[in-house]
Amino acid sequence: MDFDFSDDQKFLKSEARKFLDARCPTSVARGVLDDPARSYDADLWKAIAAQGWLGTTVPEDYGGLGLGGVELCAIAEELGRALAPAPFSSTVYFLTEALLVAGSDEQKRRWLPKIAAGEIIGCFATSERPGPLSEAQAGARVEGGRITGTKAPVTDGDVADLAVVLAKEAGQISLFLVDLTGEGVRRETLQTLDPTRGVARLTFDGAPAERLGGAGEGLALAQAVLDRAAILLAFEQVGGADRALQMARDYALERFAFGRPIGSYQAIKHKLADIYIKNELARSNAYYGAWALATGAAELPVAAAAARVSATEAFWFAAKESLQTHGGMGYTWDVDCHLFYRRAQQLGLMAGGAKAWKERLVSQLERRNVA
Amino acid sequence: MDFNDTPEEAEYRARARDWLQQNAPKNPPHDTETPAGMAAAKAWQRKKAEAGYAAITWPSEWGGGGGAPWQAVIFSEEEAAFETPGNPFVIGLGMCVPTVMTAGADADKTRFVRPAVLGEEIWCQLFSEPGGGSDVAAARTRAVRDGEDWIINGQKVWTSGAHYSDFGLLLVRTDPDAPKHKGLTMFWLDMKSPGIDVRPIHQMSGGSNFNEVYFNDVRVKDSQRVGALNDGWRVSLVTLMNERLAVGGLGGPSWRAVMRLAQDVATLAGPAAKDVGLREKIADWYVQAEGLKYTRYRTQTALSRGQTPGPESSIGKVVSASLMQDMANTALELEDQFGIISDPKDAPLAGVFQSALLSAPGMRIAGGTDEIMRNIIAERVLGMPQDVRLDKDVPFKDVPTGR
Repeated sequence: MDFDFSDDQKFLKSEARKFLDARCPTSVARGVLDDPARSYDADLWKAIAAQGWLGTTVPEDYGGLGLGGVELCAIAEELGRALAPAPFSSTVYFLTEALLVAGSDEQKRRWLPKIAAGEIIGCFATSERPGPLSEAQAGARVEGGRITGTKAPVTDGDVADLAVVLAKEAGQISLFLVDLTGEGVRRETLQTLDPTRGVARLTFDGAPAERLGGAGEGLALAQAVLDRAAILLAFEQVGGADRALQMARDYALERFAFGRPIGSYQAIKHKLADIYIKNELARSNAYYGAWALATGAAELPVAAAAARVSATEAFWFAAKESLQTHGGMGYTWDVDCHLFYRRAQQLGLMAGGAKAWKERLVSQLERRNVA
Repeated sequence: MDFNDTPEEAEYRARARDWLQQNAPKNPPHDTETPAGMAAAKAWQRKKAEAGYAAITWPSEWGGGGGAPWQAVIFSEEEAAFETPGNPFVIGLGMCVPTVMTAGADADKTRFVRPAVLGEEIWCQLFSEPGGGSDVAAARTRAVRDGEDWIINGQKVWTSGAHYSDFGLLLVRTDPDAPKHKGLTMFWLDMKSPGIDVRPIHQMSGGSNFNEVYFNDVRVKDSQRVGALNDGWRVSLVTLMNERLAVGGLGGPSWRAVMRLAQDVATLAGPAAKDVGLREKIADWYVQAEGLKYTRYRTQTALSRGQTPGPESSIGKVVSASLMQDMANTALELEDQFGIISDPKDAPLAGVFQSALLSAPGMRIAGGTDEIMRNIIAERVLGMPQDVRLDKDVPFKDVPTGR
């Protein structure tokens, strides 16, 4: 039993925090928030690439660092804490994982080195209509190697170079790789809850599409990618929730009302204790997910769903109650609370909402009970 | 992150399991309120002590196992899989005796530690009073000096196991003119001393594990003092810190039991097992229960690495008690009118949810109420200021008491 980051992983994590403290104060996210023309911070993205983080789990043969999933989890937590306005999750948790899970050797050879070098940005385009991942999201059609249809919302779709797309070909749902820099692709940036992240509608009109993984395996592969991404996103959520708690704590100590710090009132103390409790439960569930991710354990789908449900609940609760603790100031544009409130929703929805994940968790548990 | 045992841990686990298989009693009586149940409990404790499996982390010269904290965790995990007798030793070994070991005189350590480990002597903790449950330092039970003796008068309450205990750890007021936290002193005493009257409290669950304990001119010697005169509050913190770790897992039904129940119940919208509202609740409970389990693993990891566990272990009781209450209530709703029945012969799943419903309120209160636990997390983990207090820096006798 060794249920924590190792010393090397802790070192990596503390270096990541130092780097992001210096390069990504919340003013960087605010820069993106206040400038409708930008959907990520390009300088930060370059600096992240220079750190080598984009190739964390990319095997050395493909130009990456060849580290394990736990190392990536450590970085994810720090990116979440920093509210990094960068297409990291789309590129690394979704595109890279999709290539690792389903890609042919040729596809990996073609794309993974570019990802590791920071030359391309990825995105994961499954959704077409309200509701979770299902057949109903596969309205896009592929015929003769060309795709037609619309995907929305696609996080980082406005800046991505390469998309993983769920679509139907000859009656079978599969995943496809689509080069977004080529012909037959139209993008519209969408107005979203969290303008520190870019989201687009992608319309395909005969764009070249290349199958990723087996024909007819689209839903299963998309879910496998989602499981892996859910664990990594859970660490971003835990990082964000931890930061939101820290902000609430600091404010409760410095803000006085009725002659004493508001942190001396039990209404505030108990609220903060409840945030702490949910955060610790989420962290523990995320650690179990990290173990499953790194070892490819059979428990991965259950661990992913539990990590996802716990982390989504924790970040949402921490963000909304941290804002509440800040009182009227928390509702202003200039105080950072709303950045966390927005990001909690963005992260809680971009890999599927908690409702669907709860159903997935329970159906997995039923299957395990029967087996 | 490695979820599996190291070779060393695996070897210890295998040896413990093997020993348990050969030595654990078959179908022993559980109820320590019966003579047979108490005898079985004492016999099992002695057997474990002789094999080094009782008080695993304590030095062997005191009767302990001389082992590491991770060994204690592994042994208790393995032991949980066996039908072992009841455990009336938790309070003594988990709270009272560690306090004697930390703050007591050498002669007391020599006298008490080994018999407690061997299960020969049982201890109770005499802290709470009618005027101070959460507020332990409000103790009013008086000790008045009489030569080499102290004479004790007053009343304690919520004392688990006082009726079968041999010894007690007692917090009393020795200086009512000093501020509240500075006039308390800790003693040990023989529960057979003249003037002690133990009266059982009938709990809402029907059981009677708790007692009121009355002191009427009870004499203790000054040599029975644990720690310095008027330093009892500091000494009691040692005990209370241990208490929070001792009141850990609560037992009771799990989400699996709700799933099993749901398979046998039809709702108006179809089988309960397919009810979306129930399924979402099961997911929430699962995430909480697993989160607590992995939080314990994090604590265990810190112990294995020779580090001090982080404050995350403080969340256990506050989560699990409400979890149990919520699960029980939902299960009864599902049972509909049958939820009213508590008789194990007639109630679904032998009445586990009815029984959990009645014991959950006690769990939310014992060993620090939910509210006190949240205060502790806020103050000690998050560094929030203490509540504004009217009981500090004034003589205890002048502290307002209500009625």
